[in-house]
Amino acid sequence: MPCSGNEKMRILVIEDDREAADYLLKALKEAGHSPDHADNGEDGLELAISNTWDVLVIDRMLPKRDGLSIIETLRASGDETPVLILSALSQVDDRVKGLRAGGDDYLSKPYAFSELLARVEVLSRRKAGPQVETKLQTADLVLDRLAHSVSRAGQEIVLQPREFRLLEYLMKHAGQVVTRTMLLENVWDYHFDPQTNVIDVHISRLRSKIDKGFDFPLLHTVRGAGYSIRDSSH
Amino acid sequence: MTALTRILSTTAFKLAAIYLTSFTALSVFLFIFISNNTDDLMNKQVVQTVDAEIQGLAEQYAQNGINGLVVGVERRVRSPNSNLYLILDYAGNFITGNIAYLPEKVLSESDGRIQVVTYTPLGLPETDENKARAIVRIFELPGNFKLLVGRDLEDQVHLKSLLGDALTLWLVGMIVLAGITWFFLNRRILKRIDNLSMSSRQIMEGDLAGRLDVTGNGDEFDRLASNLNVMLDRIEELMQGLKEVSDNIAHDLKTPLTRMRGRVEAALRQDMSADDGRKCLEDTLVETDELINTFNALLRIARVEAGSTGAQLKPLKLSDIVRDVCELYEPVAEDDGVEFSVQIEDEPVIDGDRELLAQALANLIENALKYGRPPQDTAKPLIKVVLSATKEQAILRVEDNGAGIAEADRERVCNRFVRLDGSRHAPGSGLGLSLIKAVVTLHQGELQLISAGSENDSGSKGQSGLCARVVLPRNKGQRGEGEGNEAWDKAQKKNATS
Repeated sequence: MPCSGNEKMRILVIEDDREAADYLLKALKEAGHSPDHADNGEDGLELAISNTWDVLVIDRMLPKRDGLSIIETLRASGDETPVLILSALSQVDDRVKGLRAGGDDYLSKPYAFSELLARVEVLSRRKAGPQVETKLQTADLVLDRLAHSVSRAGQEIVLQPREFRLLEYLMKHAGQVVTRTMLLENVWDYHFDPQTNVIDVHISRLRSKIDKGFDFPLLHTVRGAGYSIRDSSH
Repeated sequence: MTALTRILSTTAFKLAAIYLTSFTALSVFLFIFISNNTDDLMNKQVVQTVDAEIQGLAEQYAQNGINGLVVGVERRVRSPNSNLYLILDYAGNFITGNIAYLPEKVLSESDGRIQVVTYTPLGLPETDENKARAIVRIFELPGNFKLLVGRDLEDQVHLKSLLGDALTLWLVGMIVLAGITWFFLNRRILKRIDNLSMSSRQIMEGDLAGRLDVTGNGDEFDRLASNLNVMLDRIEELMQGLKEVSDNIAHDLKTPLTRMRGRVEAALRQDMSADDGRKCLEDTLVETDELINTFNALLRIARVEAGSTGAQLKPLKLSDIVRDVCELYEPVAEDDGVEFSVQIEDEPVIDGDRELLAQALANLIENALKYGRPPQDTAKPLIKVVLSATKEQAILRVEDNGAGIAEADRERVCNRFVRLDGSRHAPGSGLGLSLIKAVVTLHQGELQLISAGSENDSGSKGQSGLCARVVLPRNKGQRGEGEGNEAWDKAQKKNATS
């Protein structure tokens, strides 16, 4: 699995299914991170408190202590470590409950590892600090949030409002992989799976505006995972 | 339960018995009343006749003495159907009259009282069968003569026995007739009820296609039976639906599982190159994802149908969702060479769940994209999304100009996993419309599949395509009013912050 260039992250996985946890840990290691594991709620909470982590991946239903209660306890003690909730319950209300309890993102089982990895990496970046930048820049592509304008190599590019938000989200996570689901969730605020390739079509429109006619592409397709904006000039 | 106890325990039998008993009692009472009164009346009449005779004879005696009396009596005796007369001398010897025999005791009572006696008429032998009853008065005349005047009672007795016979005959006839009527009626009712119970037992035993007999005469049993039949139709329909769903689940989930299993098994059996092995795994992954999607869709439909999505219906502007989703799909349609147009004629506020409504609309558009193509490039494919509203309802239409759906299939196509023959080859799970229908039902709306162009404002008459029409009730506070009510403002603020 390609690591999108992030530094090594310390990730705690609290998951009671042994095989699923082993598989997840192995994949995270291969992606260049250093994961650890707890197989029940109480050990998980203890580990989460006693060490510093970049991201916590917590299953919702755990023996001894429920996933949501771990998150609530952490948040109550002022611990703001980003949390990705895993759950077999995929319904909207479960998602809302999870996020309300203090989770930062929610992924329903079964999931693709690429999806999990992309979300974990985006979460760790979020922790790095709130972004109040008014200008986002990747190579020669500049997005001005205040003026609502985009230019590449000094050349003004006209975007539709939604295309602007799409690019904004991609550039906010420049260098990281964002999945189609993440785009649909964050740019359109929908949580269902469209049967057709709606996101691909929107990406290809955006790509034709920001990449076509320039020396090198910025918007890359990451096979089997999603998309990424990064500087590939060198 | 024996046949007899079964009959005895029927309501019909009990009712019949009660009616018969009371009717009989009434008849007997009536008979006794009539016969008593007749008796009295006739006796009175007889006594009056006898008294009149006595009066006449007493006058004759007073005028002409005993001889005159004898002549008068003899004359009267000769007239037909005469009264009874008898004159005896002091020694009790017969002088004249039409009575041959009287009991001795009667003759000694000569104080003029009314007496009922048994006598034998003159000219007949003194046997039992010739004895008859009569009412008589006996007087002692001067010179120790005895005069008896009376009237035969046989007519009266005859009448009485005639009345008695008639009543008996009447009673017996009535009982027999009632019995027969009751028997046939009871048998008919019993038979109908037995039929009903037998049919229902058969149905209970699993013959769901069975129905109760309806004779067509429109009686209460027919009404009951046809109501029960309607109920059975509904149950059968539901069972059929359930069976179809489970068959379909079995088919649509097992088929890909079988494929996957076969593929993996084949890969294990033969020595595969690394590339082939990789390809096999990739295919398996794709198939797994499809299965997961199908599974998620099924669960989602089930939860929406059960109303347990946790979906909280809040006032929202349907037009925002329509704009959003259309904007999402417009480029896709354009890339597919489909002319895509959106027409928002009104801005109705409805109570709804944004996520579910958006998914329903997305499914409708995806369906139109997938199945709504005009055959063989006869025309440029087109999809039209129209949002309009009436005072009470918001109406969302998604029209295409494809082959449409035959009317016979329109209801069926909303069932889970139903895919029409023309579209089996296209990708999809056959769950799209089921989810749409479930979402629309959750919003107390209605999903109609009609022919495109059947709405007159569409301006596309004559085209064949399908029009999916979703009718949703408008938010009550907003119905028929303009925008800017409180609920809407609140919802708007919330949307802005989220």
